Amino acid sequence: MMISTRDLSKQFDQYWAVDGVDLQVEPGQVLALLGPNGAGKTTTVRMLTSVLIPTRGTAKIAGYDVVINPGRVRASVGVLTEQHGLYNRMPADEYLDFFGKLYGLDARRRKSRIDFLLDKFGLQEDRNKRLGEYSKGMRQKLALARALLHEPPVLLLDEPTSAMDPESARLVRGLIQGLRSESRAIIICTHNLSEAEELADQIAIIRRGKIIARGSPSALKQTLLGPAEYEVRLSETLNGKMLQLPGGAELSFTDSYSIRYRTREPERVNPIILDYLLGEGLRIVSLQEVPRSLEQVYLSAISASREKEAQDAA
Amino acid sequence: MQLNAIKAVPKSIRRSLAPALIVTTREVRDQFRDWRIIFPVVGLTLFFPWLMNFTAAQAVGFVEKYGAPIVGDRLIPFLLMIVGFFPISVSLVIALESFVGEKERLSIEPLLSSPLENWQLYMGKLLASMCPPLAASYLGIVVYLIGVYFKVGWTPTPILLIEVILLTTMQAIMMVAGAVVISAQTTSVRAANLLASFIIIPVALLIQGEAIILFWARYSVLWWVILGEAMITVMLVRSGVTHFNREELLGRELDVLNIKWGWRIFKNSFIGVARNPIEWYRREVGQTIRRLWIPLVIMCLVIVAGLWIGASQAKVFPLPRDILNLNNLDQGFIEGLESIRFFSASGIGLVWLHNLRVIAIAIVMGIFTFGVLGALILMLPFAVIGYVMANVARVGLSPGLFFTALVLPHGVLEIPAIIIAGAGILQLGAVLLAPVKGKSIGEAWLCALADCAKIHLGLVLPLLAGAAALEVLLTPRLAVLFLGL
Repeated sequence: MMISTRDLSKQFDQYWAVDGVDLQVEPGQVLALLGPNGAGKTTTVRMLTSVLIPTRGTAKIAGYDVVINPGRVRASVGVLTEQHGLYNRMPADEYLDFFGKLYGLDARRRKSRIDFLLDKFGLQEDRNKRLGEYSKGMRQKLALARALLHEPPVLLLDEPTSAMDPESARLVRGLIQGLRSESRAIIICTHNLSEAEELADQIAIIRRGKIIARGSPSALKQTLLGPAEYEVRLSETLNGKMLQLPGGAELSFTDSYSIRYRTREPERVNPIILDYLLGEGLRIVSLQEVPRSLEQVYLSAISASREKEAQDAA
Repeated sequence: MQLNAIKAVPKSIRRSLAPALIVTTREVRDQFRDWRIIFPVVGLTLFFPWLMNFTAAQAVGFVEKYGAPIVGDRLIPFLLMIVGFFPISVSLVIALESFVGEKERLSIEPLLSSPLENWQLYMGKLLASMCPPLAASYLGIVVYLIGVYFKVGWTPTPILLIEVILLTTMQAIMMVAGAVVISAQTTSVRAANLLASFIIIPVALLIQGEAIILFWARYSVLWWVILGEAMITVMLVRSGVTHFNREELLGRELDVLNIKWGWRIFKNSFIGVARNPIEWYRREVGQTIRRLWIPLVIMCLVIVAGLWIGASQAKVFPLPRDILNLNNLDQGFIEGLESIRFFSASGIGLVWLHNLRVIAIAIVMGIFTFGVLGALILMLPFAVIGYVMANVARVGLSPGLFFTALVLPHGVLEIPAIIIAGAGILQLGAVLLAPVKGKSIGEAWLCALADCAKIHLGLVLPLLAGAAALEVLLTPRLAVLFLGL
């Protein structure tokens, strides 16, 4: 396991910013950490980089304990912080060179990595420009280049595509996919749910310091939104015919030209329904699963957590 | 030669220092890109020494005209010190910008996420804040010395030059180290600038003191000043290394003064688990005293040191024999004794209030100096006792008799009170220097303040009241009895 936490918790004064977080990320996996502002994402990332010491619990990064081997942990992690924290009076190549030195890269490796990354992010022409003159998107790219400079096995990326134009965002998403295929373990904290859905193998939703939902996107959809929903579109009206659904299917919506139903056993149920409709002489245009977004999953998880909290309070 | 010097440093130290120097190099380079730093540094390095040369030449010419060349002679070394000091005053601004400015701009987080150790980052920034102003300061001194040599033909003695260079260096480190302590407590440059008065005011007072010494021309006293500054610098650096850590830097989000929180911490620590005043006295005060055993021991040593220092000064500044002749006390002394109002209740109050005032001053001074000045103030009476006893011995009288007659009757209560008070003050300073596990610096300090309040209210005040009563009612009788006054 490249990233592993158990009961990871952090208390500030009387307030638990992170409370009992368990995460496991294998090499080649991307975990998206979702949650409202102030949920504990940044504190979790800071503990994973040995910047903050956990009040309770343990965390290991690339096999190193965040409390026992903080130096090794930080050397194994590339971090893209929420605020880029660039030095405005420095040119890009000097900035990357500075961090390259801090990460112990020798001069030749620094040069080759800096050239490669500036090229990759399309910043080659602006490498001598002072960072104060960079646009938001360029700053974001450079901060990302800084995180990748020492080729760490673990990446913790906070909002990796925020402030980027669609083309740059696509480039970064492609890069993250590429990093995953290089067996790196990646955690991304993001509010961009479609991006999380596109990139993540696992989703963890955090609220008030606690993980309230975790799993693959499809598993979360199944758990939080119920069985998958299917829609049959017809080329002619049902003409008031009463539809007889088999056991294991539940009608959710119908109008003259379409039927929607939910089922946990599509392999068994869908062919039965198709046979039935064809037997009734109805002509079928399409049968497809109704797409369900991660946003629905997220909102459902948050709302369930709020309700539980209200019940507990009552 | 420089290369050889670098090679002489053990490899492990060089390897540990290397990351710190990477930070230093970056920051120094960054400073030289900022005209707001370059302008004052260049101005203070070149223009200011020239101005001081001009001032020195004018002043020397002016005072010589009126037959007071001594004023000019004393002014030149003073200006040398000022020329050295002005550029290093910029180091405070650079340090605040480097430490808290980076925190405010959030550019510190990528640094904190790098493999740098806390102390390496601290050291890198400390050197970066100090080196350019110090270089400017040394250069300014050279420019001033060259100018003053050609204008009035003055050269400093090597010792004076070393003293001024050491003073300048110590002050630079002291200010930067102080700025780090301040930076650790704030999240904005604005707040840090407000708190910087805690550095500026003491340093201004220090410079005034140094100016007096230089005009007085007692240059040997400057060694004591250098020693004192070195001690404070070591403590500030120790405190900086302790508190400049990732947890403190990122755990603190706002500069809001949370009075409710502070009061709660203080109250809980002050009352503890006691349910009534008797339980509080027995349990809480007792536990606090046991907890303070190290500062209590240190205070005992401080008192012994005070007695020894006082006694050693008796040889240097002996009292005239007449003063120690008990049959020959002058009228002023007798009037002075009468003002104490012996054998009266108001006299007790007067002595008690006087002692409380001293303790209050020691607490206030201790808060600003990690307890050092507080302990020194409390040491002072013992230095006087040591001095008088040594003088008494010198004229062939019994110092033991003097001590028994004049100090011991009320000292039985007063000396323990001073030791306990000093221990509380030292503890207040110590929590700033060493981290308390599981507590933030503010929390630890409030707990130490509660401990200090506990022992003062529970022990020091009553002991001093008792001592005042004894001093007014018993000591004079015993003095008469033993010394035959």
